[in-house]
Amino acid sequence: MARIRTTVDGLVYEDDVEPRMLLVQYLRERLGKTGTVIGCDTSNCGACTVHLDGLSVKSCSVLAVQANGSEVLTIEGLERDGQLHPMQQAFHDNHALQCGYCTPGMIMQSIDLLGENPDPSEQEIREGIEGNLCRCTGYQNIVRAVQDAASKMKPGSAPAAESGAKQTVAGGGA
Amino acid sequence: MIPAQFDYVRPTTVDEALAALRDGGDDAKLLAGGQSLLPVLRLRMADPSLIIDLNGIPELKGVREEGDKVVVGSMTTHYDVTRDDTLRQHVALIQEATRTVADPQVRHKGTLGGALAHADPAGDLAAPALALDAEFVIAGPNGTRTVAAADFFEDYFTTAIGEGELLTEIRFPKYTGWGARYEKFNRVAQAWSIVAVAATVKVDGGTISEARIGLTNMAGTPVRARSVESALVGQSATEENVRKAAQAAAEGTSPTADADAGSDYREHLARVLTGRAVLAAAG
Ligand SMILES: Cc1cc2nc3c(=O)[nH]c(=O)nc-3n(C[C@H](O)[C@H](O)[C@H](O)COP(=O)(O)OP(=O)(O)OC[C@H]3O[C@@H](n4cnc5c(N)ncnc54)[C@H](O)[C@@H]3O)c2cc1C
Ligand code: FES
Ligand code: FES
Repeated sequence: MARIRTTVDGLVYEDDVEPRMLLVQYLRERLGKTGTVIGCDTSNCGACTVHLDGLSVKSCSVLAVQANGSEVLTIEGLERDGQLHPMQQAFHDNHALQCGYCTPGMIMQSIDLLGENPDPSEQEIREGIEGNLCRCTGYQNIVRAVQDAASKMKPGSAPAAESGAKQTVAGGGA
Repeated sequence: MIPAQFDYVRPTTVDEALAALRDGGDDAKLLAGGQSLLPVLRLRMADPSLIIDLNGIPELKGVREEGDKVVVGSMTTHYDVTRDDTLRQHVALIQEATRTVADPQVRHKGTLGGALAHADPAGDLAAPALALDAEFVIAGPNGTRTVAAADFFEDYFTTAIGEGELLTEIRFPKYTGWGARYEKFNRVAQAWSIVAVAATVKVDGGTISEARIGLTNMAGTPVRARSVESALVGQSATEENVRKAAQAAAEGTSPTADADAGSDYREHLARVLTGRAVLAAAG
């Protein structure tokens, strides 16, 4: 067993974990944060994407012990005071999901993308989410949602990707 | 699936890591970015009894200039490689190739050293390292040694790193002012290379004065396209000249046949992609 101390969605947790425990298992099975899902056994699908110290990672491909001393942000930590994060709102407004299984990972990766590149072209969006597979939508509305969120999150018009979640943003279509 | 049980240590120096390797023996495995190792452990294709996590060793991270070399720590992530100004200026080819590796999440964790030590024939970083005449610094129980790229890659998933050793640094000569292009052929986003070509060329007044070309997935190890390199020298960088020189790209290769491509088709790809890569690098 290894002792880990990790900040997840703003709260500090201390736990004993087996070294082999994956970060995604820790989030789901220990912390009950089932918003982050597992979609594959091969590190391909990206459904499990979370932010580790501010960078997106596939939480099925990181050990829980490796998150010791780190900050993790999951899909469950985006909403603030009952307000969806602008990216969540944009996925809702643009019908960017069907079954919704890929959505937590898509949203976390899209937020990472805008942190890196606040005004991406359509091609840059497609490349930015290339590690996230969607079996339903054909990606069209996902790309639209990211464009929509980008326009609303532009400096001046709304909060920036990570810190911005604290503030509120008007929802409800363009 | 989840990995089988193992013990875990996180050394903070190379010496501690070497001591852990010695104590762990055959059953120990180094963990770099984990982007190849964790999938393997999850599928239970390996079950080491000890994992030695290299992520707590600051001396293995980062890029620095050392005289006429650019030195990259083995634990420098793909993400950091793609953003580094020194590499952009002096070793553009490794940066170009790294941009095509996997996807953003994998690039945030995966490392240059891990990818090179893994030595997957379809991996994108070995061919540029070979083309660039990189040197590999390997630490072991008897101190460190330096191995040339030509001797580092031995076979499928096999390198010169011996038991009880670990890769600490990759040293690149400077190619300041050279053009660079990594031309990767794969079927879908995020996929591995069916074939790829790493090319960097020096152009003086429209004439190619030097060229270095490495091929990905044309054998169990990366391959240098030496006859193309020499055919290009002294040529003006026109499409016709480049395409003609690129006809020799598949010489000395032994590509596999698999579900993605037969060996003939891989040879064809090597010629076509070499032409494209050199033209782009020269342009
Ligand atoms: C979905 C997906 C897509 C991918 N696509 C590509 C792609 O298109 N192109 C590509 O090139 N790669 C691709 N990769 C692999 C990626 O580049 C990995 O980062 C890389 O292969 C391994 O690097 P790592 O740092 O994660 O190493 P790890 O997985 O931690 O280690 C890999 C192996 O190297 C050994 N090792 C690690 N570091 C050292 C060291 N310093 N000294 C000695 N041995 C060491 C480990 O023991 C292990 O056996 C992909 C991976 C995934 C999950
Ligand atoms: S569960 Fe598919 S990438 Fe993590
Ligand atoms: S909405 Fe079903 S997988 Fe994307």
